[in-house]
Amino acid sequence: MSASNALSLAAGRSVLLGVFLVAAAAAEDVSFNRDVRPLLADRCFPCHGPNDADRQARLRLDVPGGNQGAYRTRRGVTAIKPGDLEGSELWYRITSDDELVAMPPRDSHKKPLTAEEAALIGRWIQEGAEYQDFWAFVPPRKSPPPKIGHPAWREGIVDPYVMANLEALTIVPKKVADKRTLIRRVSFDLTGLPPTLEEIDRFLEDQSPSAYEELVERLFESPAYGEHMARYWADLVRLADTNGMHKDFPRDFSEYRSWLIRSFNDNLPFDDFVKYQLAGDLYPDPTTDQLVASGFNRLHLIIDRGTALPEESHHKNVLDRVQAFGTAFLGLTVQCAQCHDHKYDPIRQRDYYQIYAFFNNFDGDPETDGAPRRGMQPPFITLETPEQKERMAKLKADEAQLAEALAASTAEQRTAELEKKLSVVRSATERLAASIPVAMVMKDRAEVRPTHVLQRGAYDAPGEPVERGTPAFLPPMRKKDDTATRMDLAEWLVVPEHPLTARVAVNRFWQQLFGHGLVETSEDFGAQGEWPSHPDLLDALAVRFVESGWDVKQLMRDIVCSKTYRQSSDASPAEYTRDPQNRLLARAPRYRLDAEMIRDQFLLLSGKLNRSMYGLSVKPPQPPGLWEAVSMAQPNTYVADKGNAIYRRSFYTHWRRAIPPPQMTLLNAPSREFCTARRERTNTPLQALLLMNEPEFFNAARSCALKTLDEVGGDEAKAVRRLYEKVTSQVPDPAQIRRLQEALTDFRAFYAADPALASALTADWKEADAHQRLELAAWTMVTHSLFNIELAKVKR
Amino acid sequence: MNDLFQRFCDLQNRRQFLINASLGLGAAASTLVTPIATAASKRARTAPNGPHHPPRAKRVIFLFMAGAPSQLDLFDSKPHLEKLHGQPLPKEISKGQRVTTMTRGKEQRICASVFRFAPQGQSGLEMCELLPYLSTQADEIAMIKSTFTESINHDPGKTFFCTGSEIPGKASMGSWLSYGLGTMNKDLPDFVVLTSAFWSGRVNVQALYTRLWGAGFLPSKHQGVALQSVGDPVLFLSNPPGVDRSARRKMLDLVARLNRDEQTRSGDPEIETSLAQQEMAFRMQTSVPELTDLSDEPPAILEMYGPEVHKSGSFARNCLLARRMAERDVRFVQLFHRGWDHHSRLPDNLRGQAQDVDQPIAALMTDLKQRGLLDDTLIVFAGEFGRTVFGQGSIDDRDNYGRDHHPRCFTTWMAGGGVKGGLSYGETDDFCYNVVRDPVHLRDLQATILHLVGIDHERLSVRFQGLDQRLTGVEEARVVHEILA
Repeated sequence: MSASNALSLAAGRSVLLGVFLVAAAAAEDVSFNRDVRPLLADRCFPCHGPNDADRQARLRLDVPGGNQGAYRTRRGVTAIKPGDLEGSELWYRITSDDELVAMPPRDSHKKPLTAEEAALIGRWIQEGAEYQDFWAFVPPRKSPPPKIGHPAWREGIVDPYVMANLEALTIVPKKVADKRTLIRRVSFDLTGLPPTLEEIDRFLEDQSPSAYEELVERLFESPAYGEHMARYWADLVRLADTNGMHKDFPRDFSEYRSWLIRSFNDNLPFDDFVKYQLAGDLYPDPTTDQLVASGFNRLHLIIDRGTALPEESHHKNVLDRVQAFGTAFLGLTVQCAQCHDHKYDPIRQRDYYQIYAFFNNFDGDPETDGAPRRGMQPPFITLETPEQKERMAKLKADEAQLAEALAASTAEQRTAELEKKLSVVRSATERLAASIPVAMVMKDRAEVRPTHVLQRGAYDAPGEPVERGTPAFLPPMRKKDDTATRMDLAEWLVVPEHPLTARVAVNRFWQQLFGHGLVETSEDFGAQGEWPSHPDLLDALAVRFVESGWDVKQLMRDIVCSKTYRQSSDASPAEYTRDPQNRLLARAPRYRLDAEMIRDQFLLLSGKLNRSMYGLSVKPPQPPGLWEAVSMAQPNTYVADKGNAIYRRSFYTHWRRAIPPPQMTLLNAPSREFCTARRERTNTPLQALLLMNEPEFFNAARSCALKTLDEVGGDEAKAVRRLYEKVTSQVPDPAQIRRLQEALTDFRAFYAADPALASALTADWKEADAHQRLELAAWTMVTHSLFNIELAKVKR
Repeated sequence: MNDLFQRFCDLQNRRQFLINASLGLGAAASTLVTPIATAASKRARTAPNGPHHPPRAKRVIFLFMAGAPSQLDLFDSKPHLEKLHGQPLPKEISKGQRVTTMTRGKEQRICASVFRFAPQGQSGLEMCELLPYLSTQADEIAMIKSTFTESINHDPGKTFFCTGSEIPGKASMGSWLSYGLGTMNKDLPDFVVLTSAFWSGRVNVQALYTRLWGAGFLPSKHQGVALQSVGDPVLFLSNPPGVDRSARRKMLDLVARLNRDEQTRSGDPEIETSLAQQEMAFRMQTSVPELTDLSDEPPAILEMYGPEVHKSGSFARNCLLARRMAERDVRFVQLFHRGWDHHSRLPDNLRGQAQDVDQPIAALMTDLKQRGLLDDTLIVFAGEFGRTVFGQGSIDDRDNYGRDHHPRCFTTWMAGGGVKGGLSYGETDDFCYNVVRDPVHLRDLQATILHLVGIDHERLSVRFQGLDQRLTGVEEARVVHEILA
């Protein structure tokens, strides 16, 4: 990790090459929203923006009109005079070398505008200094698809927009990827798993023109689809198995996870998906699903009773809920307005507490009571099946009967007998109770708890009282009653004219497939967020999403069936230099798979992947001592599960917030302590160590080698070919086969010279003789090497 | 275009035109930088990888005393309280400030410390009898008795101290240093965390969280690497059974050859990074065991750190490892020692805790000094907050009192690179309840640490969630110049 490395990483994150995306527009007028607002927002709005308290010189540059707006003349000075640079004080200030007048002031520690940036503002003033409403706060518009030259790219909803940009830049997109690459890509993208050899063969053999579309439909039908889609949502809403604070006690949130999986598999319309989570408890006579989904409001961190102040804990829980609401649904950093008016977006502090008021009426304890059974903190529901209900009733009756008999019994022997029976029944009751699923749910108090603006965001400094409400810059909310409810808030999110909900959702699904959202800052659609690379495409997708009835599978289908998605990802170094992050979409994306995909893939290749769905989280083996090193109290020792539970998909892995599984976090999985809309993607030596030495990963390579040898028998070239195909979904070329065979020979010689090492590697294989051990050791090392190559780690 | 605008455009940096041109932009497009590039410059980070000014320290060893040691019993001597022992704390001192639920609504009775203090060294800095070894280092230490914070509970308190925010998700101090200054060694991480596996304080052991050394919104390569006291010191460092170093080499060579093929075929530049990181991993497989292998330490050195140094996971062992990392130019080493949360039986527990750390810290300082490393290594000693002057539990039994959390004043200290030794800075009132002179918020302390390593805390920032994020946050922070040499 050299210094220059860190630098280039930082630079790589910025979007220098995004220059191209709007090159076509560059010859046109300067656009306030696209070009000027980001500059003013960054350099000027902190002191001349929406925040009343911090405003200097009674001047705001976020709006043109009004007595403080940019166009107003005060003491003979006009900040911005449309069409007149000389008459615009702002122009003088941003281009001045004089420290006393230059803007932004040096002591603000804001970077001065570069010459280019200043010139852009200059051009905008010259062209009339026209203000526009902020793009993300205006409802998405359906515009006719752009006219493009390339006939094959005129179809569908995605391609015309992408191609229009490329044609303007005279960039030719990539050809469609080969079928092996395609099936691997789309299988990972829709199910989180690579295709099996059988699935590859089936796809290759299918010569029909709709072979790919049919493959996509098969993947939608796979139960793995829901598991995979739900996993992204779990990051966003910080789904975890522990409280995250203080003693970090466990809690059982598995029913919510199961509901997520089923929702995606059943293609629950996304508007319902939102409403169930935000306000499922407020439906008249809510279904079990609606109640379980309302657990969304309970996913926040929570502290144990005993040290903190309950009123402060309550406040922190509400803050956490509001932030989740803002990040997950609005894509806005509403939390910035907790202490003051937002400095960049038109969210006032008062708006913040109006949203806060929706989440301020929780009917339950703000702190957890030690370690309750299964971590359940009221309110929660139990989800017994009719059979379980019946059985429980019977056990209870038996218990009552026995207890009665016991009370009446006087004979010593009879008493002992009854006691024994009673204890048997009681433990059966306990076992049954433990097997009945439970779910924490949302519930409001009957009487509305008053909400105040909290001065400086402090829980003990209430200011003016506020009613529940939504910010004025967004569409009005319809109330069913005098007091708005969370259901009204949920309904408001999914009205067709809402500018954010659909855009934010569509953008995240896009990000899932391309590695970057059309808006890169998928957690922030505000003024400080990134301008969309393809604004019209984002709008077209958002409008269609709403018109389709919020059909998630249809959206995914639209995208993965596009030519844009089906391109090859291979590119020349020059093309990588031109557009390292692929924001132009002139090729398919290529990036490292998520932690869960890498591990699940290894398990699948080993033949051990346990595909059972739903249920409680599982604990695959972990290095020793991790929990002990940080824990405060019991349970401080990680006890790995036994049997094939440890081979379940990674989405079912127990997630302790204080110390999440390192196999996941080393590969950039978030801790799930806070909402994460996009994962980081790094490349570190610790990741290399993980893939080299994680015992279960290595075991998987060995199982995979053994299995392949079993399948193929003695033909070495054939076995090498099959192994390579399994791991990469590609067939090796003759040179690669030769290379792998040479490696095999080399490892054979190596282990022949050191049989003890071969025995150590194959110790689990009790019945093997020396020769078999040697073979397996050599094959394991080749397989293990393949598990570590780029083709096994990247989506391409 | 009018003249003014034309003149200005003429003055533009020609370089940008060349960059645009070389990127293949048409002439029309290159006259002005286009918007997303504007966004790019907006997102550019402020001066990572280089000090803003000449650093006084190249590296930091942060000794975090998790649980909050009592400043009254360890550093901030208030001998006159002996006469007031058992009396109620005057209301004009406590001003009804919030306390935890453990002592809320209870009577606040003054509890004097049972421990004695005496001036030490040439400076005459007052040191506690529980710290005899550290007392010999008094002339190196700058004690800040006026440190304060807002948090009254451990979890938010530690998270604030380590990341600048009570809310999880921000970047930790060490990751900021790694990010801001870059690396000084090619075989070890920039930021290493060592947690004690055991401690003497037997009550109320507080948890740690990986977020305390997380990278937050910074690239995760800057996050702290926690060395484990059991198993591999770095997770997944050891080869699996049946794989030795030469088998590993063969495997990596094969992987590299296949990856080179793929690089040629696909053009993906990221493969170069993967290859480099696999090689770094391979080097770490030697450099880390070499770091943790103490067999080359002479007996006299081991003895200096005390008997516990022989136990893996002890604070003493971790101090010695910290010195070995300082020698290897690890940028930021953070030790966590738990067991300081003394709500009850404070004297006994404190004796044990002090013994855990006293000799090892003194040895660490001496050892660094004799190697010429103390001059450019900053040592910081701190807990997340302080403890109350009023007792908790039975204060009449002088060996069995406890103290509650107290954020309004506590003592931290620094030594080494750039710090003025033998100094006591700031002052608390007669009850050790409020700061009366030279307050130092934890933000100020963070700003000072950054300053010593050459970073201006206001300039080291990263854009995240629409804000220029800094370790010291959005509120004012000042460098405590008065304690600098």
